[in-house]
Amino acid sequence: MTPRILLATTLRVLQQLRHDHRTVALLLLAPTVIMSLLAWMFSQTPGVFDRWGATLLGIFPLIIMFLLTSVATLRERSGGTLERLLALPISKVDFLLGYGIAFALAATVQALFVSAVAFGLLGLTVTGPVWAVVLVAVLVAVLGSTLGLLVSAFANSEFQAVQFMPALLIPQLMLCGLFGSREMLPRPLELISNVLPMSYAVDAMKQLIAYPEVDGTFWRDIALVVGFIGAALVSGAATLRRRTP
Amino acid sequence: MNPDDNRDAAAISVSDLRVVRGGNEVLHGLTFEVLGGTVTGLLGPSGGGKSTLMRALVGVQAKVTGTCTVLGRPAGDPELRKTIGYVTQAPAVYNDLTIRENLAYFATVVDAPRSDIARVLDEVDLTPIADRRVDALSGGQRSRVSLATALLGSPRMLVLDEPTVGLDPVLRRDLWDLFHRLADHGTTLLVSSHVMDEATRCDRLLLVRDGDLVADDTEAGLLTATGTTDVEAAFLAIVDGAAAEGGA
Repeated sequence: MTPRILLATTLRVLQQLRHDHRTVALLLLAPTVIMSLLAWMFSQTPGVFDRWGATLLGIFPLIIMFLLTSVATLRERSGGTLERLLALPISKVDFLLGYGIAFALAATVQALFVSAVAFGLLGLTVTGPVWAVVLVAVLVAVLGSTLGLLVSAFANSEFQAVQFMPALLIPQLMLCGLFGSREMLPRPLELISNVLPMSYAVDAMKQLIAYPEVDGTFWRDIALVVGFIGAALVSGAATLRRRTP
Repeated sequence: MNPDDNRDAAAISVSDLRVVRGGNEVLHGLTFEVLGGTVTGLLGPSGGGKSTLMRALVGVQAKVTGTCTVLGRPAGDPELRKTIGYVTQAPAVYNDLTIRENLAYFATVVDAPRSDIARVLDEVDLTPIADRRVDALSGGQRSRVSLATALLGSPRMLVLDEPTVGLDPVLRRDLWDLFHRLADHGTTLLVSSHVMDEATRCDRLLLVRDGDLVADDTEAGLLTATGTTDVEAAFLAIVDGAAAEGGA
């Protein structure tokens, strides 16, 4: 790993993003619109928006960042720039982490923006501290980026890449405890949900919704999400090949 | 190391190079040498294996067998990544960045001085439009951006896959002049083309067809051996000769 190249790669990805005004607008506005819609839908029934709004803050960044990174790295593959880069003195970790950090920064801005609107304008309240909600949202976004980087290695086209989203994320959404507690699942599914990263993000968010203090369980969930991020990065580097057919 | 040191020594040394792609052997045991500080043309029709050979030399091709030594190291050695400039056939640059932003990024990756950006922009004649985004450029301009990124950091070897396709004749001449200036300073260049008349610009020629090396000679030597007056005719004479031999 070379910090100079890692930093340059991060800046380059951010530069590309900056040139793409529509993506930046969608990145900020789409989740905000959905959040507002949710607040409006449940404006008659108190408490529902608080529960769903905070959970959504922990899920939305995952989906968006997953899609963005998988398509961005695929573009890099099909455009030949990846082949060119891998023939140069750049390490695979520089490349992957450069993307990871750039999209994490974008995700942080997104999470901060959506949180500001949700807590400031839409009257979202959680029992736990707001900073912890934002922390979960940012980590989940980074997780989405690293998972997107990983699956892009298995996709040959944008068509395939976008389909990894329903294939990999919807089962996680179903099993993560969003629709009732994970303990209520049939035992085999509960065991499966124990090894899926989204389960821990939602567990952490649920604690923030219900309890005023962050405790050891919260930090254990956070540590697990960070562990999944690391594992996805390492597997991403392992699946990236300098020599291709 | 003095750049002149690699002159007159083999910069590329390939022996029985074979490549398998999609279950088929696409290069059938190539053996040749390329001298340092020369411009070698890799000529032949599309689909003959030129790009695959170049990919094997820069170490991005999978399923390569035989020996392939580049600047004294096995092809694909991490040390070589700092010393080889590689230009793929399709321009491999970021379309959503400006020319200058592309060059700044690649300059950092190869650890080239910032002053190199102005130099390479000038060499490929893109200085006046350096702040334009790549997706607003013509095909020829894009391939020049791609070439410019490979010139950053003054690599000891340049592997250029069809760098002059679609360029206007004046620019093409200027680029060939640049290639020779670089060779005079000790850079080894391997330049592919499917346009036979570019052979006159090269110090030496490698003719590749259907995964075989059908000629390895200078232009003059090739014309004498085949009794022809241009490389296109020489190529046909070789192919026809091989077919007649095969039929006999």
